[in-house]
Amino acid sequence: MIELVVDDRCTRCDTCVQVCPTNVFERGTDGLPLIARQEDCQTCFLCELYCQADALYVAPNCDEPVAVDAASIMASGLLGQFRRDSGWNEWEGDPAHANLHWRMGELFARARAG
Amino acid sequence: MSLHLEADVLIIGGGLAGCWAAVAAARAGAEVVLADKGYCGTSGVTATAGPNHWWVPPDPEKRAQAVRDRDARALGLADPRWMARIIDTTWRTLPTLADYYRHSVTAGGVPHYQSLRGPEYLRALRRYAEASGVRILDHSPALELLLHADGSVAGARGLRRQGEGGNWTVRAAGVVVATGGCAFLSKLLGSRTNTGDGHLMAAEAGARLSGMEFSTYHTVAERHSTQTRSASYAFADYFDADGRQIDTGGNPDVTLPLARALLAGPVYATLARMPADLRAILPQIQPAILLPFQRQGIDPFTQRFPITLHGEGTVRGTGGLRLVDDDCQTDVPGLYAAGDAATRELIAGATSGGGAQNSAWAVSSGTWSGQAAARLASARGRRAHQGVEAAGGAGLRPTAGALKDAAALTRHLTEGVRAEMLPYDKILFRRGPVLAQSLATLDGLWRDARDRLAPGPDATARVRAREAAALVACARWSTATALARGETRGLHRREDAPGLNPDLAHRLLSGGLDTVWVRADGPAQRSPARRSNVA
Ligand SMILES: Cc1cc2nc3c(=O)[nH]c(=O)nc-3n(C[C@H](O)[C@H](O)[C@H](O)COP(=O)(O)OP(=O)(O)OC[C@H]3O[C@@H](n4cnc5c(N)ncnc54)[C@H](O)[C@@H]3O)c2cc1C
Ligand code: SF4
Ligand code: SF4
Repeated sequence: MIELVVDDRCTRCDTCVQVCPTNVFERGTDGLPLIARQEDCQTCFLCELYCQADALYVAPNCDEPVAVDAASIMASGLLGQFRRDSGWNEWEGDPAHANLHWRMGELFARARAG
Repeated sequence: MSLHLEADVLIIGGGLAGCWAAVAAARAGAEVVLADKGYCGTSGVTATAGPNHWWVPPDPEKRAQAVRDRDARALGLADPRWMARIIDTTWRTLPTLADYYRHSVTAGGVPHYQSLRGPEYLRALRRYAEASGVRILDHSPALELLLHADGSVAGARGLRRQGEGGNWTVRAAGVVVATGGCAFLSKLLGSRTNTGDGHLMAAEAGARLSGMEFSTYHTVAERHSTQTRSASYAFADYFDADGRQIDTGGNPDVTLPLARALLAGPVYATLARMPADLRAILPQIQPAILLPFQRQGIDPFTQRFPITLHGEGTVRGTGGLRLVDDDCQTDVPGLYAAGDAATRELIAGATSGGGAQNSAWAVSSGTWSGQAAARLASARGRRAHQGVEAAGGAGLRPTAGALKDAAALTRHLTEGVRAEMLPYDKILFRRGPVLAQSLATLDGLWRDARDRLAPGPDATARVRAREAAALVACARWSTATALARGETRGLHRREDAPGLNPDLAHRLLSGGLDTVWVRADGPAQRSPARRSNVA
């Protein structure tokens, strides 16, 4: 579930509030997004994908909230990883992150072949 | 604060099917409004996944063979004519997205249209819809349908949970329900908004359902994660708590052995068999699949990690609204169903349409219903000034006075549904007496919902209450149909009735609100084409 908004990275662009499919966020009075309805979070990571400031962190646990330490997450290099691996925004056109989704069928085929 | 709109066509749901329906209607010249509960572009189970579509080139022999192969696995409940139709429509429709999706160009310079990455696919569809003139209402769940005195659909009503808030009403000549399958609030990836709202709204208007017993599909995922992406797990080996390997019988469908093992204790997996070259490019194939591992410090290729199975309800099952003609019209005139909200028995029979058929179905049924609704609008007009009636009941208009604590009742209902629809022993190993007990429990929940469930104080509470009523309704149709099908066929397994019963080689219809009914739908195969009487 969504666990963290890194305030000093956030540009207050409102994108996450808009794109979260389950309406988890709410715009706070200071413009920062609040995690208002964490229990509705579907752990889809799509807010991270749309946050160009890499200011959001979704913990992989979909069953219950987990405590996260903002400093160690910022140091971990995990922020923005999904956006980069997906080749979005400034990563678009970078051959190291080219979309190879079309090779998915190979996973099944080669597993079958043993 | 209320928003009143008139349009030719209203699309409810902006996932894969709803977007294609909106594009098709708009390109046919209709004025189109699309309302999604969440955000059109990230909502729905495609936006979080990466669908492979049924993709067969227009070579008559290849296509006939593809239909024959699939029909042979459908256990008598599919219709080859519908399979051929979706193959053709998908082939012609998918490439029209090329201006909005950067298709990979593969060997020989051919764009790869068949398999797309979910977030990019839905982002592209949103742009395509907007460029086609569709008006999109995000965070605007539909709550109920509006009906003309003659029983045909007149529009819908819902609320806006962001911005100014308030209610919305859209009057339209044709309405397409594309609200997805019902996943019973399991943790299936991307399914939180798929609570069967469209099923309930349509049933309240008089629509029937079909195939609701085929709601047992499950997918493996890391224990606490939502990543139900099966491709990597094709390389998985599974172990019990003592480290003994679980025999999955060499069958690619590992659901039953894993469910048995999970009922006995924790189960672990490793992806050690995945070759190094594929490991290296996995983040480029499916960027999300590795996130749960990396964020927990697990190396899935060398370590064993705990797993679970997430139930999918009707998402990669096949049940949904019954269709009466080639335009995907439901029993309610002017109301169409597309994608997972509709029954997919026509193309997948008693087995799952996941893996290729379902997304081809969403593209095709969306396209046909959007075009048909646009034709209906130009033939009959909007009739926007005739009086209409709101069809919604449970969760909107309690018949016996509202309970004060709507939130507590909503929780009671959703937890009650989860307790009947998610445990593996109840769903994957069905038995008559247990199903009967579940149905009695669910009938009680329905009475609570109908009599006492009020909308609640704010937008969130109103949506949740209506979702709870829809979940209970879908659970009842599904359980009653599973009880009536006293045999084992495809996804539907009865421990107390193993094997096919030739007398049950037909589809089962269901419906009803206060009293749920189930009955046979005549011979399944090769029903003659019937077109709606709209030019
Ligand atoms: C993990 C996963 C992988 C898959 N992979 C494949 C594959 O490779 N090949 C394949 O063929 N199929 C696949 N499928 C199935 C395929 O994704 C679905 O068939 C397809 O997404 C159906 O599209 P849909 O538009 O009907 O439903 P969805 O895409 O789920 O969209 C439903 C939409 O309706 C909205 N909605 C719900 N209620 C309301 C309401 N009350 N008011 C307004 N809007 C509402 C939701 O917010 C959502 O946006 C996969 C499914 C999953 C879960
Ligand atoms: S998308 Fe990112 S930058 Fe924009 S408001 Fe949300 S957290 Fe802040
Ligand atoms: S992970 Fe998905 S559901 Fe959760 S906050 Fe982010 S976008 Fe919303």
